[in-house]
Amino acid sequence: MTIHELEATCKQVRRDIINMTADAGSGHPGGSLSVTEILVALYFDVMNVDPKNPKDPTRDRLVLSKGHATPGLYGVLGRKGYFPVEEMKHFRQLHSILQGHPDMKKCPGVDASTGSLGQGASIATGMALGAKHIQNPCHVYAVLGDGECQEGLIWEASMAAAHYQLDNLTFILDNNGMQIDGTNCQVMSLGDINAKFAAFGFNVIDVADGNDIAQVLTALHKPAIPGKPTCIICHTVKGKGISFMENQVGWHGKAPNNEQREQALKELEA
Amino acid sequence: MSENKATRVAYGEALVELGKKNDKIVVLDADLASATMTGTFRKEFPDRHFECGIAEANMVTMANGMSTMGLIPFCSTFAVFAGRCYEQIRNSVCYPHNNVKFGFTHAGLTVGEDGGSHQAIEDIALMRVLPGMTVIAPCDANEAKKAVAAAAEMDGPVYLRLARLPTAVFDDMPFTVGKGHVMREGKDAVIFTFGIMVEVSLQVADLLAAKGMDVAVVNIHTLKPLDEDLVKAYATKCGKVFTVEEHSVIGGLGDAVASVLAGNVSCQFRKIGVEDRFGQSGKPMDVLREYGLCADQIAEKILG
Repeated sequence: MTIHELEATCKQVRRDIINMTADAGSGHPGGSLSVTEILVALYFDVMNVDPKNPKDPTRDRLVLSKGHATPGLYGVLGRKGYFPVEEMKHFRQLHSILQGHPDMKKCPGVDASTGSLGQGASIATGMALGAKHIQNPCHVYAVLGDGECQEGLIWEASMAAAHYQLDNLTFILDNNGMQIDGTNCQVMSLGDINAKFAAFGFNVIDVADGNDIAQVLTALHKPAIPGKPTCIICHTVKGKGISFMENQVGWHGKAPNNEQREQALKELEA
Repeated sequence: MSENKATRVAYGEALVELGKKNDKIVVLDADLASATMTGTFRKEFPDRHFECGIAEANMVTMANGMSTMGLIPFCSTFAVFAGRCYEQIRNSVCYPHNNVKFGFTHAGLTVGEDGGSHQAIEDIALMRVLPGMTVIAPCDANEAKKAVAAAAEMDGPVYLRLARLPTAVFDDMPFTVGKGHVMREGKDAVIFTFGIMVEVSLQVADLLAAKGMDVAVVNIHTLKPLDEDLVKAYATKCGKVFTVEEHSVIGGLGDAVASVLAGNVSCQFRKIGVEDRFGQSGKPMDVLREYGLCADQIAEKILG
């Protein structure tokens, strides 16, 4: 896909995010809109995956550690062809494959059940460790939220990832600076997060604009450093692409009403 | 019966045997391999033993990730840390019903000298309530070996509750997950029990036999799924039911049996276990006595 096509896919996924959350009357649009370029870059360019064979043992894995960003993940998986896009209408409904948080046993393409913050990073670390052990050539990606880095488990996993020299593991931090109760700085400062991951032994790559898919791709395509896990810190905008949602803490876990949906979709046409 | 042996020792031996047969078996430890007795596995299969450092939560979620790659991980630590990694067990492992095993040792009061901070009296309650979790507490070294092998054969999470204290090793007995085993027949009362309290309960039955009471002892090694048919059959036959456990009377075998009997079987019923209090330091048998769980004390309770 060309950059232009990838950007168009991002726009489509953003429309999906708005429609899914509006239809469901709940969900997490803010952090889904911030992580859109990261997920599109991974599934439509970087990862070795085949939606027709979602259980291929050698496929690359993605663990959405910030599991609440399901509208973004389902938009990407649906557009990639893991399930019919009509399924998105059933997001968060009874018996749906599209649970509020990712369910690996219900939704094709979901590699790990997540939603309890911190655990996805650790699951991905175990996957990468297991892959090395059985000499599976796959690469494991975990998409982390910034607020999530307040969980101790992130750092337990990071220590293990460096200890086991997991150069087949990449953390991607969706650093939008906000969480439920306020900005990261108000709730619990992350400090110099790049330096923290570097100190834990990661190859740290900083992406100045994580909503610029070209920048995200450049970072994701950098070769791994042998013996080191990688952490790509993407500076993103919560609610990206919707004027009234951008950088608004309140849109973390709130669905747009119909009027707001119409306005958002209009902005995504342009 | 042969020389006393701890079920944790059997756990370590069983893993080595399994490891020879199945290269998917991997073992994870949180800096306690010399206590959980997985050190022998580490020695035999150094590339299949993964040290996680003192980080139990990460051990569990990493094991979960390894299970998705087709491996069969056994997480090993002390039972008292079941609570520490509980939400990882719940959400990462049990929610998707992944194939991760837990060999948690040093359960119950008979940890002894380390004291109440290290004596898990709540682990069965925690594990029983998780959908899809199988909970097994073997009564001796032989049963522990069979339980480890059975856990590896099953698909899905299994919690193995293992003990530190060397205890009696019984003659070889049949073992099927989910099926209780009658250790001693009786008609006047029945004791349902598990783990190291099986040995104690058999002593109780001897004491009561001397007083003319014929007591059955049933080993409920699988706390979940519970052998409901056997529980109902012996409760109906004996009329007086006692549960004996080295665990809190809240949420353990007593409550599991009560749930089966309530509304189904008319009988006398009493739970005997740790009465909603934490343990403390002391020699294992002294601690058991302090908590009323020695054979003579249990016999008195049964005689009422």
